[in-house]
Amino acid sequence: MNARKAMNSRREFLKTAATGALVLGSQSKLGLAAALDHQVAGKSKVVVARDPSLHNAVGELDEKRVLALLDHAMAHYTGRDNPVAAWKRVVPVDKVIGLKTNGLGGKGISSHAVLVMAIAERLQQAGVKPGNIIIWDRNARDLEACGLTISTDPSRVRCYGSDTAGFEEAAVPCGAGVGIYLSKILTRQCDMVIGVPILKDHSGAGVTFAMKNMYGVLSRPQDLHSGGCNPGVADLNAVPVIREKVRFTIGDAMTSVYDGGPGFHPERLWQPNALIVGEDRVAIDHTAWQMIEQKRAEAGMPTLEAAGRPPRYIATAADADHKLGVNNPEHITLVEI
Amino acid sequence: MFAAVVIAIAAFAALAGCKKKAIDPFPASGAVAGWEKSGDTRTFDAKNLYQYIDGDAEQYISAGVVTTSTADYKYQGQLEAVVDVHTMSGPDGARKIFETGQSKDAKTVPLGDAGIAYAQSVVFRKGPYLVRIVAYESTPETPQALLALAHGVEAKL
Repeated sequence: MNARKAMNSRREFLKTAATGALVLGSQSKLGLAAALDHQVAGKSKVVVARDPSLHNAVGELDEKRVLALLDHAMAHYTGRDNPVAAWKRVVPVDKVIGLKTNGLGGKGISSHAVLVMAIAERLQQAGVKPGNIIIWDRNARDLEACGLTISTDPSRVRCYGSDTAGFEEAAVPCGAGVGIYLSKILTRQCDMVIGVPILKDHSGAGVTFAMKNMYGVLSRPQDLHSGGCNPGVADLNAVPVIREKVRFTIGDAMTSVYDGGPGFHPERLWQPNALIVGEDRVAIDHTAWQMIEQKRAEAGMPTLEAAGRPPRYIATAADADHKLGVNNPEHITLVEI
Repeated sequence: MFAAVVIAIAAFAALAGCKKKAIDPFPASGAVAGWEKSGDTRTFDAKNLYQYIDGDAEQYISAGVVTTSTADYKYQGQLEAVVDVHTMSGPDGARKIFETGQSKDAKTVPLGDAGIAYAQSVVFRKGPYLVRIVAYESTPETPQALLALAHGVEAKL
């Protein structure tokens, strides 16, 4: 399929994407019970859970505290104190659940394995079969950068990249005349995907977190980088299969870079010691953006707008054409614990 | 016609004469005391640089990157580091990247045409090369160990 012929016009793409949103919104196809509870009166709920003692004296994450922080965040998000009950509100336990990490930044600034494995542990306790949990990213190298071990054993939690599973051969329309090739892990293997991005400054997009993490499902992410990834990020997340399957985010803001990203710049490393949890990817990214701005201000750095790279894709994702979520703080119920 | 042929031959000869021998900027294991090269060298050209550094690629491409090579190292079997060598089309490109994003706590170090160091990283430029070495851990030995490795790379450029 010729990528340029993938879609006649941007308007046609957005019309298709918006139709997908209506269908998904009405049928709650994945049984995401939480979706109904947490968008009361049109507001999206975002939980930011912090533990200042998450890192020990030598800068390593404390596994028990990470698990406790995850439980704390999920309890506040779902209203269920029991972690198993909380997860049952969020995932269809008889389905295949993907955990999409982000290891592009290398060892120093990638989604942390300790968090990913804590999520996998709770999913199993909630009733998801080990082999029905797929931890995935672009390739094995990125997963190993997170500290994960590659495994395709169907009797265990699986962990492999799109380099193993491959990409679809047919292009999917994404925005104006752009055709993209999606990972088969997303299109064929997972019923639902939980994003586990790492919070970073981004030299092009401004901020990379929940929505930008989806660039890792493409064979050619560079095709969507122009214009500060705007509208690329919004268009990508509006592609029906992504809108449909990527329904929850456990954002890793335990370590971050507030400048110089998306690569590892230890001189700009920062430990927010936080998890950012929710269903509304736009509200989550808006919240994450504010955290980066606050840190930049504390460090005496210019705003991302002044630096010439405001994350405009967040507003685009919230607009009437995309309807991916809300970016107006008045429409976000922010729970900081 | 004759003149065109002469010019073409002269241009070919000039290009052939100017063709540089490929440089391997990565010190072999043990070449710098305490350092071992712990992984294969990976090289990306401008077109596929995204595969390595995603959105960061754009600033390198606009500065004229030709190739980026990277390799992992380990110091005394423990401290992990990565060495990135960006070959730009000329010194201006290396200078442009070098001068972008320096923070106040950068310490000037005598490396190449210009160099700076932080607690866990060293950056320097030499001609068309921009080198960045980053350690994943901060230990008392890290700054000196990184500087030694940087000198090892510089000597090969």
